[in-house]
Amino acid sequence: MEGMTSFSVVAEGLRKRYGDTWALDGLDLAVPEGMVYGLLGPNGAGKTTVVRILTTLVRADAGRATVAGFDVATQSAQVRHHIGLTGQQPTVDEILTGRENLEMWARLHHLGAAAARRRAGELLDRFGLTEAAGKRVRHYSGGMRRRLDLAIAFILAPRVLFLDEPTTGLDPRSRTEVWQSVRTLVADGGTVVMTTQYLSEADHLAHRIAVIDAGRVVADDTPERLKSQIGGDQIDLVVHEAGDLTEAAGVLLRVTGAEPAVDADTRRLIAPVRDRIAALTEVMRELSRLDIAVEDVALRRPTLDEVFLNLTKERTAA
Amino acid sequence: MTTLISPAMPRTRIERLRWTLADGWVIARSYLIHLVRNPTAILNLLFYPMVMVLLFGYVFGSAMNVSGGGDYREFLMPGMFGQTMAVGVMTTMIVVATQATRGVTDRYRSMPISQSGVVLGRSFADLVGSVLELAVLLGCGLVVGWSWHRGIGAALAAVGLLLLLRFSLIWVGIYVGLMLSPESASGAWIVLLPLTMLANTFVSPDLMPGWMGAIAEWNPLSATVAACRELFGNPGWGGGSWAAEHALTLAICWPVLITLIFLPLSARRYRRLDR
Repeated sequence: MEGMTSFSVVAEGLRKRYGDTWALDGLDLAVPEGMVYGLLGPNGAGKTTVVRILTTLVRADAGRATVAGFDVATQSAQVRHHIGLTGQQPTVDEILTGRENLEMWARLHHLGAAAARRRAGELLDRFGLTEAAGKRVRHYSGGMRRRLDLAIAFILAPRVLFLDEPTTGLDPRSRTEVWQSVRTLVADGGTVVMTTQYLSEADHLAHRIAVIDAGRVVADDTPERLKSQIGGDQIDLVVHEAGDLTEAAGVLLRVTGAEPAVDADTRRLIAPVRDRIAALTEVMRELSRLDIAVEDVALRRPTLDEVFLNLTKERTAA
Repeated sequence: MTTLISPAMPRTRIERLRWTLADGWVIARSYLIHLVRNPTAILNLLFYPMVMVLLFGYVFGSAMNVSGGGDYREFLMPGMFGQTMAVGVMTTMIVVATQATRGVTDRYRSMPISQSGVVLGRSFADLVGSVLELAVLLGCGLVVGWSWHRGIGAALAAVGLLLLLRFSLIWVGIYVGLMLSPESASGAWIVLLPLTMLANTFVSPDLMPGWMGAIAEWNPLSATVAACRELFGNPGWGGGSWAAEHALTLAICWPVLITLIFLPLSARRYRRLDR
């Protein structure tokens, strides 16, 4: 433990094999209490396996993990008391109404009839489903279903909430609704561990991100610091003619002193810059002197996408 | 602010049993709501048995002989009761397979609830469904001229044997359902339906080729059906073979044996989902 921080989730050297492949290959994780922690990685990186081990659904082949201070392997009953889980597949019952779904799961959590009714009412309110409470879930939108699923995971106000790709397959509007709900969860002081393949989602929601690739954590930091790892500002240029790419790359190299990344398909060149505006002005002047038509130009911070590709690329190269 | 104390885990055996029963009831009740709200389920429940009774009772029945004599529809109905119980295993399999893929099983397993309550709820629900199916079928039987002739006590004993068979098959359904995708669970018809006919359900085994008749005699379903014919006082029970002579004993032994094998297997399968 470092200083005063206490951790909701600690995992050390988790390994899990499925057939011939190691889904997890020595994964370490430390999730501080009270934050949204994003597990980011491509398909098959091992994100879901981590969540399944931490929620007591699957046993690790090696390594150990604690959730809310309890060992997932030897104290699984206690762990289950303190966690909520929303998996990739919604568990809501289409034939029942939103309220009936919540009440049913509340009863399965052994709240009495009155307490179950009260808790269902509170959660419907909180997740913006009061109006639809009496409607059967089959008439709900994708976003409403996911929110109801989140509400079910939240019945016992868990100390650690696990969300496995909570917005996969949702339209942008529903996604924003779900994000809103997740934010209100941490406002109460709970910890959220979520997996996602969407970098924008991690960027929006997570206070801290672990990038997972091939069953290991390859980076673990705040979104901002991850982005600055790859460098500062960049100049991002799209030329009109593919034939001009080589000449434009030469211009960027002369001005910025760095070899630009060139994508021939999109006719895009990217190079890091230090003196932002001066460099941009110089590049544009040079291009116009050489008569190179420019379609688009921008100065920007690297996106998480680039961080991600960079991190996972390093690994495949290594 | 939310302050919610989660209920303490049960400590004594009695408390655990109470939790298990309560969970079972909650799950069974949601199944009943499904049945009431789902028109296709009700249609299936009501119409399918009627159509089958008409089809077998009249279309095929016109060409059927009962070995030892007697009315074919009187002979048929206990067979249909038994077949309905056996085919009920499909419901269990499909529900179990669907819940496993839809994340419901994961949610149960990540919750501080009694896992045996979940399974018990499933069997409650399935038994309640089977009682309804059986009631509909008994009604259909009475309409086409079937009846019981040995008093209400024996008739109820026959119903008990039918439900015992259904109960034992729940564990087969859970075991197989946990191994299959919902699609292949639905496809289990192809195997199941012939098995329900390779029995004394529709035709007496002594009218079949010798080897086939022998298999049919020893089919667990045959034991239940023959015992029901005996208890209802319908024609076509008894016969030369040991299995046919001891139908009542076998109708109890088979389901008990199936339960003894498949209950631990399905419990083990459920626990091993964490592999």
